[in-house]
Amino acid sequence: MASQNQSTTEGTHASIEVPASEQGSNFPPFDSTTFASQLLWLAITFAVFYWIIKNVAVPRISGILEDRKDRIAGDLAEANRLKEETDAAIAAYEQALADARNKAHGIAEETRSKLKAENETRREKAEVELGKKLEEAEAHIAGIKTEALSQIGDIAGETTSALVEQLIGKAPTKTDLTKALKSAMN
Amino acid sequence: MANDPIHQFQIQKIFPIEVGGMDFSFTNSSLFMVLTVAATSAFLIFSTSGRGLVPTRLQSVSEMAYEFVAGTLRSAAGTEGMRFFPLVFSLFMFVLVANLFGMFPYFFTITSHIIVTFALAMLVILTVIFYGFMRHGMKFLKLFVPSGVPGALIPLVTLIEIISFLSRPISLSVRLFANMLAGHITLKVFSGFIVSLSAMGAVGIFGSILPLGMTVALTALEFLVAFLQAYVFTVLTCMYLNDAIHPSH
Repeated sequence: MASQNQSTTEGTHASIEVPASEQGSNFPPFDSTTFASQLLWLAITFAVFYWIIKNVAVPRISGILEDRKDRIAGDLAEANRLKEETDAAIAAYEQALADARNKAHGIAEETRSKLKAENETRREKAEVELGKKLEEAEAHIAGIKTEALSQIGDIAGETTSALVEQLIGKAPTKTDLTKALKSAMN
Repeated sequence: MANDPIHQFQIQKIFPIEVGGMDFSFTNSSLFMVLTVAATSAFLIFSTSGRGLVPTRLQSVSEMAYEFVAGTLRSAAGTEGMRFFPLVFSLFMFVLVANLFGMFPYFFTITSHIIVTFALAMLVILTVIFYGFMRHGMKFLKLFVPSGVPGALIPLVTLIEIISFLSRPISLSVRLFANMLAGHITLKVFSGFIVSLSAMGAVGIFGSILPLGMTVALTALEFLVAFLQAYVFTVLTCMYLNDAIHPSH
């Protein structure tokens, strides 16, 4: 089948195909008569291609990649800078917050001690006043007590003279009564 | 003729040119070389013309190709190897686009000709040799004398190293050429079966489903091979260039 095909190929193509294929190999890749042309055109096309790649394509693509790398690096640096700024702002805020807290604490402490001192003085004053009133009251009570006690002698004398009068029918003398009362009450 | 799997590799003259008995005709192969170069250059230039900071889809394809090759070269030959980047990038794009163009029906596959792949391989090897001698002078020959080998073994090891160095252009070119050639022949044979079987009536049409499925699967495989061979060619190029930069291994 293969040979039949080959012969048909040769038959149909003999007129348009490379006439040299009769002297070269039947197998096109090994047909040395086409080598010169292939080498020449490969050299031309590949040289042009190499020139284009070297002078246009590679610089352009590497430029694009470089730009992108730079841009990304720049953006990262910018992001880093912003982050540092944010950190600084946060630190400042915390500092301010701590300061304010300290201040508030101080104020509260001050107010508390002031109030405490005020209370203390007021209490002391009140205590002194109360002590004075107490003393006064005590003096008053003592006055009343002595008054009452002095009157007890009179009452006892009257009562005794009345009792003696009832018992013996005659009132004792003032001197006797006083002497008797004195010895009884002491 | 339609069934002949070799026909697709025929070189046909478009503008016959003959200089001093040598045939330099502009052929279908030349046409596809021009198309490959034109299409690739146009794509790379127009897709990046916006120079977008945020790439468009096409621009990101160009960038991906660039970074892919740059990464391959850098990992194989180090930062110093980046001086060869335009060459490696040209080779990769040229072979890749040529291989992919070959996947279009009726398109000519320029990399299915050994002379083309051999010329590209020789370009790589000659670059390695020239740069190696230019940069290191005679020390470049250390490439063939690995350090740390016992004295008695040096002649043998050097011989092996020289043979392996000489076989590089051959293996580099034959690998690409053979892959493209074999892949396209296989595709053609299986799709030829579909036509032959369909001509045999109802049973044949039913039977042709099998080679049809095979052709579809092979087409996918060939796309993979087209990319993979371009990549393999590039990776090996990078490794050989690494030898030119650091000859003592």
